[in-house]
Amino acid sequence: MIQNLLFDLFSFILLGSAAMVVTSRNPVHAVLFLILAFINAAALFLLAGAEFLAMVLVIVYVGAVAVLFLFVVMMLDVNFAVLREGFQRYAPIGALVALILFVELALFVTGSTVAPGAAAARLFPTPDNITNSQALGSLIYTNYLPLFQLSGVILLVAMIGAIVLTHRDRKRAKRQNLDVQHARLPAETLTMVSAKLGAGAAMPQPKKETL
Amino acid sequence: MSVFLQTNLGIAILTLLESLAIIVPLLLGVAYLTWFERKVMGAIQLRKGPNVVGPFGLWQPFADAIKMMFKETIFPTGADKVLFTIAPMITFGLAVVAWAVIPVNDHWAVANINVGILYLFAISSLGVYGIIIAGWASNSKYAFLGALRSAAQMVSYEVSMGFVIVTVLICVGSLNLNDIVLAQRHIWFAIPLLPLFVIFFISGLAETNRAPFDLAEGETEIVAGFFVEYSAMTFALFFLGEYANMILISAMTTTLFLGGWLSPIPFAPFTLIPGVFWFLLKILVCLFVFVWVRATLPRFRYDQIMSLGWKVFLPISLVWLVLTAGFLEIFGMLPHA
Repeated sequence: MIQNLLFDLFSFILLGSAAMVVTSRNPVHAVLFLILAFINAAALFLLAGAEFLAMVLVIVYVGAVAVLFLFVVMMLDVNFAVLREGFQRYAPIGALVALILFVELALFVTGSTVAPGAAAARLFPTPDNITNSQALGSLIYTNYLPLFQLSGVILLVAMIGAIVLTHRDRKRAKRQNLDVQHARLPAETLTMVSAKLGAGAAMPQPKKETL
Repeated sequence: MSVFLQTNLGIAILTLLESLAIIVPLLLGVAYLTWFERKVMGAIQLRKGPNVVGPFGLWQPFADAIKMMFKETIFPTGADKVLFTIAPMITFGLAVVAWAVIPVNDHWAVANINVGILYLFAISSLGVYGIIIAGWASNSKYAFLGALRSAAQMVSYEVSMGFVIVTVLICVGSLNLNDIVLAQRHIWFAIPLLPLFVIFFISGLAETNRAPFDLAEGETEIVAGFFVEYSAMTFALFFLGEYANMILISAMTTTLFLGGWLSPIPFAPFTLIPGVFWFLLKILVCLFVFVWVRATLPRFRYDQIMSLGWKVFLPISLVWLVLTAGFLEIFGMLPHA
């Protein structure tokens, strides 16, 4: 009973915040509603018994990806009125994507089977005697190892691509070498001069600067 | 009575009482941690610290709390009022909810869940939101700078913290915090995994935005960073949140590396002392180190914080993870192999 109530609660908040993501005028509010949607999705995963997925969703999407979203959106000076100008031009494409998604969901929910073989693989129940994470691990690292490795490689390529695109080698920038700095001794950088009162002292010539 | 405790209402009431049994001591602990910090720092700097309000200044935290409550909350011009008020609540709330899974004695946790350590990691990764929302909602350059610094810093140090946690998990073979502590019956993980213990603790300093990594606050450059515009209770919540997070990171360090509630001296008179005592003692030692570090080390420069996180901690923790996994595999010591 409590589970049903909680399910209703989390689903309502999820749908409501998802709607707010699209309709918010302020982009920062939109991202914050997106985060709320993520957290409620994680709560729904928990109710479904997928505790590992729920935690990973929070750690990866909320804890890292959404922070970077928020970071970017806060830094940009986005004018939504300008962004909305292309709305009518792109509306048909958007409607098409939405239609495809809706048909797929409808097929899934009504239970009609497109590929009969998929039914066996779907809804694989977790055995009672082992935990959720163990069940997931023993599948990922055995039957699905090539796919798992492949997704890792794809992420690595994406990361290298992002670094290559954004990295600028600023030759003129002063760079520090920490080891050289640590190896410096006071005698190399510091000269004690005892000046006569009123006479002053000549500036000692600085030694060659090793940064 | 035991039948009543099996019903939904019974479970709800029991959980509520258990939560109170964690939260009330935690809040008192936070209050007295501020007193402890000021006393310890006073001693390090040859001062007396708070000594006027009550014996040994023991009522000082309450005097501070009452002062905070009666001050006026000021909203800056152009601030986003809703987010401005929510941000400190998020910071403080997250520091408290994380305690739901921490075992203070054998099976003494409000929720002894299978993915306990992941839950802790998830909650601590959410902590950045309180700061970043506060910085943005304040409509102030300094606050925003502090928030951006802290966001980048916390995301960076979470990566190496994650690898340290994975290494511990490989040694335990379970994500349950209770199992993690019980796996340290023979030897605390701080000894075989010493470099990771050090990395975890330093990353903990960075996660909680404590000195020497308190760049988010940086009062010498950006006055007080993300909470420069906050006053009265909203400020107090940030303040309490910071200290509650310190206690939380100390509890995580204790659970993962210092054997949780287990007695450090494994024979008769010492094993009879309740585990809660040892758990609190270990937390207190960690907290002392937190304060000690703050009183003795100067603040890092921002680019050095970043290079420490990405170029030193990340490679070391990654290599140590592979070494540990390889060692356990070769010698057949992997749990549940």
